[in-house]
Amino acid sequence: MSAGADDGGVGDGADRTPSPRADVCVVGSGPAGALAAHRLAGAGADVVVLEAGPRFDFDERREQQEEFIRPGMGDPWEMGGARDAYTDSGRGYPLNAARVKGVGGSTLHWQGMVMRLHERDFELESRHGVGVDWPIDYEDLRPYYAAAERALGVAGAADNPYAPPREEPFPLPAFPPSHSDSLFAPACERLGIDMHSVPNARNSEPYDGRASCQGYGTCKPICPSGAKYTAESHVAKATEAGARIVDHAAVQRLVHDDAGETVEAAVYATPDGTERRQPADRFVLAAGGVENARLLLLSASELYPDGLANSSGAVGRFFMDHLFAGAGGQLDEPTRQNHVGFNTSETHQFYDDTDPVEGMKLEFLNYAGPSPVMQALGAETWGEELLEQLQASYGTHVAMGGLVEQLPDADNRVTLDPDVRDDHGNPVPHIEWSLSERTRGALRRANEIQHAILEELGVDVEWTVGPEATGPAYHQMGTTRMGTDPATSVVDADCRAHDLPNLRIVGSSVFPTGGAMNPTLTIAALALRVAESMAESV
Amino acid sequence: MELTRRDALAALSAVGAAVGGGVLAGRFDPPRADDAAGNGDEATDADEGVSLSTDLLALLDAVAEVVYPDGVENRRAFVDSYVVGRVADRPDYRAGLREAAAQLDAVARDWYDAPYADLDADTRDLLLRDLGVETADPDPEGPVTDRIRFFLVNDPLFAFYTSPTGGRLVGIENPIGYPGGIESYQRATMSPADDGAGGDG
Repeated sequence: MSAGADDGGVGDGADRTPSPRADVCVVGSGPAGALAAHRLAGAGADVVVLEAGPRFDFDERREQQEEFIRPGMGDPWEMGGARDAYTDSGRGYPLNAARVKGVGGSTLHWQGMVMRLHERDFELESRHGVGVDWPIDYEDLRPYYAAAERALGVAGAADNPYAPPREEPFPLPAFPPSHSDSLFAPACERLGIDMHSVPNARNSEPYDGRASCQGYGTCKPICPSGAKYTAESHVAKATEAGARIVDHAAVQRLVHDDAGETVEAAVYATPDGTERRQPADRFVLAAGGVENARLLLLSASELYPDGLANSSGAVGRFFMDHLFAGAGGQLDEPTRQNHVGFNTSETHQFYDDTDPVEGMKLEFLNYAGPSPVMQALGAETWGEELLEQLQASYGTHVAMGGLVEQLPDADNRVTLDPDVRDDHGNPVPHIEWSLSERTRGALRRANEIQHAILEELGVDVEWTVGPEATGPAYHQMGTTRMGTDPATSVVDADCRAHDLPNLRIVGSSVFPTGGAMNPTLTIAALALRVAESMAESV
Repeated sequence: MELTRRDALAALSAVGAAVGGGVLAGRFDPPRADDAAGNGDEATDADEGVSLSTDLLALLDAVAEVVYPDGVENRRAFVDSYVVGRVADRPDYRAGLREAAAQLDAVARDWYDAPYADLDADTRDLLLRDLGVETADPDPEGPVTDRIRFFLVNDPLFAFYTSPTGGRLVGIENPIGYPGGIESYQRATMSPADDGAGGDG
């Protein structure tokens, strides 16, 4: 296809001019935006999705896999540069490792773990006097969790005694435990710790037109088989249902009407710098935990000088992530690591404990120790000497990981940095992120349990990631929190902006608290709930 | 251990080169020195001023002999199949590979008055180490040592250790990049080698 005048300088000839009319304009094509777009288009709405990044060709996934494995080939998802510039302070936050801009959003590089939040996660303040309650509870979300599991294609088993109640089996059978999981099992049994399966958004058998897992071992950040769910799946379904997807269309700001009561248009820019205006009756903001807040702040006006939908002052505040806790070492027997890039067992046994009250879930890793391939490519020798190094280092590593909850803190926040501009001249996001002493304490508790298990297994613990070395799990949450009080929250229980009723915000930015479960299933469930309520009036 | 055509196809699979074994032989005419003078099908600016005094594939095999462990059988056929498939649809990669090879060859002729492939293995090894390739950052657009590391050392190592045979040598029959882990991740020991299944993938 030749380049066209309307393709925004991309050179692919695709029409990137605005649609003449739209019932709904969705900003972002990650799981929240894609699921909402699909459901709304299926209900008959005229839907336009604006995506800042490109559309990645699935046929090039193995080349992207090589880019991941081989040093010197660049980022397979093309993150970085002026388009994705940001600044940070406090502990520092590796934003461009934590997100992907493209059709499918960050599900392009996610690992695919999908758990429901527990009941306590919705009632943390009422039950334990910390954090804040959600305006909905588990029962409100329960049917949408089930729908989300069907949509994503979750492989799982009802073997988790600590999971919240569910009424139906997972759509796909769970992946059986790995060999290294079986090594952990006797040690955990002696300690009275329950191991159970991991719900994975990864096909254990063919599902929804996608292949079953073949075990390339590079799930995060690349699945060449297509077994791992990405939101590309629902982008395709949305397209089939009539939605229009415009890639390379970075939204610059949302524009409201004269009265400041509704959003009228999304102004987006294409790579050639041309700004275009997409009007719609309703808007769904689904650009991720950082860009959702940034876009509202960039949309400041005379009526909303502190940013759109920000009468509460909460936009950008309460930024949260999950903290990684881990430990590992070596055994005197083969541990068979790095065959697959996902986990098959974990324990939620300590999740609902009250000392500490922060949620934690612990994982038994299947990718401990170096991968021989990647080690070879970074080695400072070759030939027989390299082989001896690889043989000495592969085969006996074992490790545990885990996620620890971070409670909301108004000082952890996303703002605009006026001193640094992106490729369109907009202030870049500035992330202030630090850990509290109580979060550090929760991390120490996670390490204690991990050490106890590893030592019972007979591992000489060689490394620990705790309060000092921890990093984020790349789950950006909380920056447009939901709540019943417009003075303290950005959206209501239906994810509708308190200030502008035709603006919905979806994604983990609406989470009032983050629990310690990987957020994407909850993101999906909330998106389906929002889409259902919107579809009623299509 | 013997590298098979199946290993080469596995390595090609890891780089997204979906080339069937039956069409490999006819797909690629190995570049020679005279290609750089304009007789090749895709001579580029990068080729100007450098030339290969021998087949590119012979040079790559000579590097592979150095960077692969001892006792690898059928190495030349593996290298040929992998490289042919690897560059078949990637002209930019082929140009970078040729340039790095020509640079290495030029150094060999400068230092030892012989093409790289004609040197004995110990000298080839020493030349790479003296160039600093051991500690170079693999970078296709970096200084010559970085490019040699990227195109001439890391690429054959990538091919070798993502193949089942290379992986087995280390202790994992399904290294990352090679599909098969889902069949093996529950096993306590390495599965028996499957040596009898053809080779055309």
